[in-house]
Amino acid sequence: MAFTSQRLGAASWWRSLGALAQTALVLLVVSGVSFLFLKLSPGDPVAIMLGSDFSRDSYDQLYRQLGLDQPWIQQYAHWLWRFVQGDWGMSYVSKQDIFEQAVLEALPVTLTLAALSLLVALVVGIPLGVVAAVKRNSWADLLASAVAIGGNAFPSFYLGVVLIWLFSVALGWFPSMGYVSPWDEPLTGLWHLALPALTLGAWYVGLIATVTRSSLLEVLEQPYMAAARARGEPGWRVIWVHGMRNVLMPLVTVIGLQLGGMLRGAVMTEVVFTLPGLGMMITSAVQTREYLVVQAGIMITALLFIAVNLIVDRTYALLDPRLRQR
Amino acid sequence: MNAPTTSLAGAPSPWQRLTRTLGRTWGLLRRQRKAMAGGLIVLLFIVAAVFAPLLAPYSPTEQNFTDAMQGPSAAHWMGTDSFGQDILSRVFYGARSALWIGFASVALGLVVGVAVGLLAGLRGGRTEWLLMRVVDGLLAFPELIMAMAFMAVLGLGMNNVILALALSFVGPFARTVRADVLQVKARPFIEAARLMAVPEREIVLRHVLPNIVSPILIQAGMRVSIAILLASGLSFLGLGVVPPTPDWGLMIAEGRGFISMAPWMAGMPGLALATLLIGLNLLAEGLRDALDPKTRGDQA
Repeated sequence: MAFTSQRLGAASWWRSLGALAQTALVLLVVSGVSFLFLKLSPGDPVAIMLGSDFSRDSYDQLYRQLGLDQPWIQQYAHWLWRFVQGDWGMSYVSKQDIFEQAVLEALPVTLTLAALSLLVALVVGIPLGVVAAVKRNSWADLLASAVAIGGNAFPSFYLGVVLIWLFSVALGWFPSMGYVSPWDEPLTGLWHLALPALTLGAWYVGLIATVTRSSLLEVLEQPYMAAARARGEPGWRVIWVHGMRNVLMPLVTVIGLQLGGMLRGAVMTEVVFTLPGLGMMITSAVQTREYLVVQAGIMITALLFIAVNLIVDRTYALLDPRLRQR
Repeated sequence: MNAPTTSLAGAPSPWQRLTRTLGRTWGLLRRQRKAMAGGLIVLLFIVAAVFAPLLAPYSPTEQNFTDAMQGPSAAHWMGTDSFGQDILSRVFYGARSALWIGFASVALGLVVGVAVGLLAGLRGGRTEWLLMRVVDGLLAFPELIMAMAFMAVLGLGMNNVILALALSFVGPFARTVRADVLQVKARPFIEAARLMAVPEREIVLRHVLPNIVSPILIQAGMRVSIAILLASGLSFLGLGVVPPTPDWGLMIAEGRGFISMAPWMAGMPGLALATLLIGLNLLAEGLRDALDPKTRGDQA
């Protein structure tokens, strides 16, 4: 017995190492693509940095200084080394350090928006899905599928405009733009983020409700549910404790898988409500052709993507004891 | 999707097999109520797009400042925008760019993605490893962000939108195709064909490709609505189609600025976009239900 458990431990250790190596490889490809993006972008970085008036000598000097005379592979290694250290260069437009601008200023805004939207979606979506599953073909079931269809059809940028029209213009309840950090001023911040979070969350509500409904329907047929009922446990406990516990896995999977959709929505939502997040940063950087900032943006989103996938992978064991390794 | 039973002498050409598969797909699809409802909506939009010059009451770019920002009326069913352009006419013409971008980008992404997936799945070994690592890397970028980055390199304009979206679809197509190829490759009839010394090209065209058509179709169906959503999103962000072109995303972006004075400016093109997306989603879901053996026959 001791022998097998030891072997199991080694196997899982190797598997983790394999997953880590795989991730490192993806990171390498991602960084390569980002570097290639910078190389392919039109315009001469030296000419942009020097401005309109410069001499041949100063051009050649900066050219060498930037290492542009070296082979690509060396330039890539050099760039990667600086990137890892957080030296991402200066923005030409805002004259600000790009790492500071992207990671310290824009990223928290996007993460706050995403977290708040997810919260809205979970709080609305899970109960809706549960009611839809327990009372099939009722009005709640109909509502859940309507929300799912609508959520897919109303892109964030349109839904945002509609909500602005309804809640800021017609009713005057919420502001239509501007960002106040809820970490500094909780009430004003949440008030400003209410509509954006609703906009971005709406898309997820349908998805979460659909997944909750279909997985719960499957779970309801399992023998342990009948057993729980036979033990005389109250109905709500059977559903919410025994049932939901088993719905969490597919739910986490879908939430993780749809992160791309979340980021897509976040970019559009930020622009609709002029929130100074990553989406806004990348959008204006593409417009002003600031490739260094665009590159920083795509790198961060890709890293975020990879990180969430890893976290989702790790949560499985937490949620389902059957998958836990000894 | 059985192993081919026809003898080699009378074997149908790949083209015949493809049309036969598509014919069978249509037969299955016709029984799906969801797909038919969605298909009807999409068909209406296609008609609007094709016959836009006949249907539109005004030129989509005719500016008339005395009539600017009029609400919906008998003369202008959907009202006018800040340049006095007729919104209904622009919505009709907008269907053109939306549908064209949607289908063209998916078709382009499909062709390249299928080629990469086939190559990876059939070759195996180092080629597969290398291609799939590149695909992994590409898939680590969210579609919209990747399309935005491509637009930054390529520059604005409709053709570049199609190219950028197609490039961001290569990864997903390649991955599913490779997985399907691996499954098909392991089946006995492929091995039988190999043993009979059927040339590699024949095996791919006649035996592998027809067996992975339905998953490719399912994915393509889903992608079209995503492509249209992304394209209008790019225009909304100002990173897509350039202004005089009638485009729904651009119209919504413009209407955002006049939301308190002229809500129909953003509302009307948005409704058109939402309706088309609902139609496409229903059609794609119906297609999936019709082709997926797990749900086939379920006529909900």
